[in-house]
Amino acid sequence: MIDVRTQRIGWAILIAALLAAPFAISSGRWMEFIELTLFAALLGQGWNILGGYGGQYSFGHALFFGTAAYIQALLQFKLGWSPWVTLWFAIAGAVAVGAFVGFLSFRYGLRGSYFALVTLAFAEAFHVLARSLVSVTGGGSGIQLSLNQDPEMAIASFQFTFAGPFLAEAGYYYVILFCLLIGFAVTGWLNHSRFGAQLQAVREDEDAAEALGINAFRVKMRAICLSAAVTSLAGIYYVQKFLFVDPGIAYGPGKSVEALFAAIIGGLGTVIGPLLGSAFIHIVGEFAKETIGAMLGDRPGVDLILFGIILVLILAYMPRGLVGLAEVIWKRLSARKEAGDA
Amino acid sequence: MLEVSSLTKRFGGLVAVNGASLHVEKGEIVSLIGPNGAGKTTLFASIAGFLKPNGGKVTLDGQDITGRQPHEICLRGMVRTFQVVKPFAGLTVRENIAVGAHTRIANRTEALELAAQVAERVGMGRRLDQSAGDLTVAGRKRLELARALATQPKLLLLDEVMAGLNATEILEIVEIIQGIRESGVTILLIEHVMQAVMKLSDRAYVLNYGEIIAEGSPAEIAHDPDVIEAYLGHGAAERMKAAGGADA
Amino acid sequence: MDFLGISLPSYSFDTVFGSAISGVFLGAIYALVALGLTLIYGVLHIINFAHGSLLMLAMYAVFFLWSGLGVDPYLAMLIVVPGGFCFGYLLQRSVIGRASHGRDEIILLATLGVSIALENFALFAFSANERNVQVPYDFDGIDLGFVYVVWPQVAALAGSLLITAALWAFMKFTDTGKAIRAVAKERQGARLMGINVEHIFAVSFGIGTACVAAAASLLAPTYAVFPQVGYLFVLIAFTVVVLGGMGSFVGALVGGLIIGVTEQIGRLYLGESLGLITISAIFILILLFRPTGLFGQRL
Repeated sequence: MIDVRTQRIGWAILIAALLAAPFAISSGRWMEFIELTLFAALLGQGWNILGGYGGQYSFGHALFFGTAAYIQALLQFKLGWSPWVTLWFAIAGAVAVGAFVGFLSFRYGLRGSYFALVTLAFAEAFHVLARSLVSVTGGGSGIQLSLNQDPEMAIASFQFTFAGPFLAEAGYYYVILFCLLIGFAVTGWLNHSRFGAQLQAVREDEDAAEALGINAFRVKMRAICLSAAVTSLAGIYYVQKFLFVDPGIAYGPGKSVEALFAAIIGGLGTVIGPLLGSAFIHIVGEFAKETIGAMLGDRPGVDLILFGIILVLILAYMPRGLVGLAEVIWKRLSARKEAGDA
Repeated sequence: MLEVSSLTKRFGGLVAVNGASLHVEKGEIVSLIGPNGAGKTTLFASIAGFLKPNGGKVTLDGQDITGRQPHEICLRGMVRTFQVVKPFAGLTVRENIAVGAHTRIANRTEALELAAQVAERVGMGRRLDQSAGDLTVAGRKRLELARALATQPKLLLLDEVMAGLNATEILEIVEIIQGIRESGVTILLIEHVMQAVMKLSDRAYVLNYGEIIAEGSPAEIAHDPDVIEAYLGHGAAERMKAAGGADA
Repeated sequence: MDFLGISLPSYSFDTVFGSAISGVFLGAIYALVALGLTLIYGVLHIINFAHGSLLMLAMYAVFFLWSGLGVDPYLAMLIVVPGGFCFGYLLQRSVIGRASHGRDEIILLATLGVSIALENFALFAFSANERNVQVPYDFDGIDLGFVYVVWPQVAALAGSLLITAALWAFMKFTDTGKAIRAVAKERQGARLMGINVEHIFAVSFGIGTACVAAAASLLAPTYAVFPQVGYLFVLIAFTVVVLGGMGSFVGALVGGLIIGVTEQIGRLYLGESLGLITISAIFILILLFRPTGLFGQRL
């Protein structure tokens, strides 16, 4: 373990750097890159609460992202509600779906792969519903929100494209950063609270946890609701930024996979893991597109081939992810330093 | 304190525990012994809520707890350990014990403090920050005990905490268990290590083929012909008596 | 007709029966794909998420054999089945087996990683375009009165019955089959008896992949191939396997037929799009209420 003081300094530097990034980085392309990285990190953090801390591997986290996105879009589109009001419904809706799926799965004792499969099936069922209930969701063509062009209404409409120069450039960045900081706060709390300790106990051994007075069912229910709430923030952000949602974006396998990639590659059950994982895969992806794309022409799929391979390698050789690797390196370095001092 | 009356547990056609009754009074150490496969662990699991008994009744301090969930029973003050130890392998020793401590303590810092104290009591004070997955068998057995103890129970059910330990380690655990009793915790234990049973227990029950066949002080039990037969086979008591007579 | 307050269209018996019959033929295809999956589960106790991607690769192989060399898709079986076996054997031995660490959800994730890599390899190498194998007997078939069935559908039905029978016989009568059953039942015991368990795992994975390659040949005349085609099948195949009981060949066959018929009837009454929800619904309900499936022993 890296000592507490070093960790605190690291966190302070990281958060300061993220807050200052829009001032320091002028390239729009780089800011976009960082924003996408934070977005995937947020998805990963949502997954991490249930998967990393609770040991319940979901293959259908798109459920929570997509439900929040649809509610956020529909209430604005159909009822003309303010996005600042709809977002509470979006969070509540995602939590309700989490509670529903969790109740059925955990009550009937689904564990391990079976939980993963049932979440995948639920996501697929919602996918079909979103595609089929055309009168509500607009079916396969999705929902397009109208773009607010009035700078005065930028804040009220939660749309920054035509806001003042600063908000237009960095507004969405700060939104996603704020959401991610909430994610950090939640997982940080898990590291230092009774609930977090009980959740990790359930992950490690459910029977032993029960014997020690932990209501495993209730703990898992809370975890899935919390996980859904954090993941829903990504859905709200997505709709406000792109003003669009369709069944494939909302409930397709893409978002579920992105979430678990970030968390597993970065390091399960750690606060920083999902951000590390997300940064790593985005950098690798960008690099692959630049190099392999330059050699063989710009074709889709290169980045995901690498991600798939990286996932397998991490599972095989580094089950604690990049965080585990960082700890090993830190240990070696400090051992060497101590040897040098002596 | 604990009253088990005619408890029965069946798995399909197999009767694992057949109308077993026992009671444990406050401050006692009571042993449950019997040959392998006698149903001891099943009886434990049925008492502690991990298995739903098919018949019979379990009361703790006069309250009916038959078929309650394990976590509820733990909150009422009875906690069990597992014969096949179940450490939370991804957590440190301190964090493991703190999970137990959290049963009655919401505050994280206080729970961690209690964890350190309990670790001291079971002789793990120096291994607090070690990962539980890296512990030896003896270490895991102690951790199992420490975690249970940290829930601040009235009654502790210990399932073979000495199995797999060497003689020195057994002596240490015996001492720890005596210390626990002195602190006011009542103990019911399953044990195969006879010298420990003799040394520790006030009373003992013998379970064979799911039925309680004898009850008494450890010395009485050791000379009960039914018990000797259960362990050594039919006619063993007669043969021993004859052999003993010849010796004398 | 009313169902939960939603009025459903009424159809003549012939229409419903016709749907059911075409569901049987569709179900045969599902059963074909599921057979390999259930074998792999039964022996290795792992859920192979990459199964759909392996189907997709085999379908590309069949397609390129046809378009490049003019090999008839059914004859291509002689090449893709052994090829599938080797690929599966190596995949298990060199990749999936190493990533497992003995936890089933980790293996599931590893196979997910493999499937993502394979699917995107196909996207990268072959583009997202749909490709079709065209055979002269494409639309020849028989009119059963209420439904028209093309020969490729008949071949798929016959193929699924034959492969089920062949697998059953293989497991029952050959030494390798017996070793596989021994490993499936008691892997420690099998190891002590001198069976090379890692080899048997890889062989089982290989046979599972060979089955899916055979399925690819039988599917090629009626289904287009594209990189995500596996994903379409993988959830269905899981449903079939879970419904039939993990590890049961007969269960896979019966499960496949049930799913095929249910899907067709569902499409008839709920519409082309919403009808698909019957598959997810069956899957969820089975997992929750009868996780051992219809013919399975245990989870």
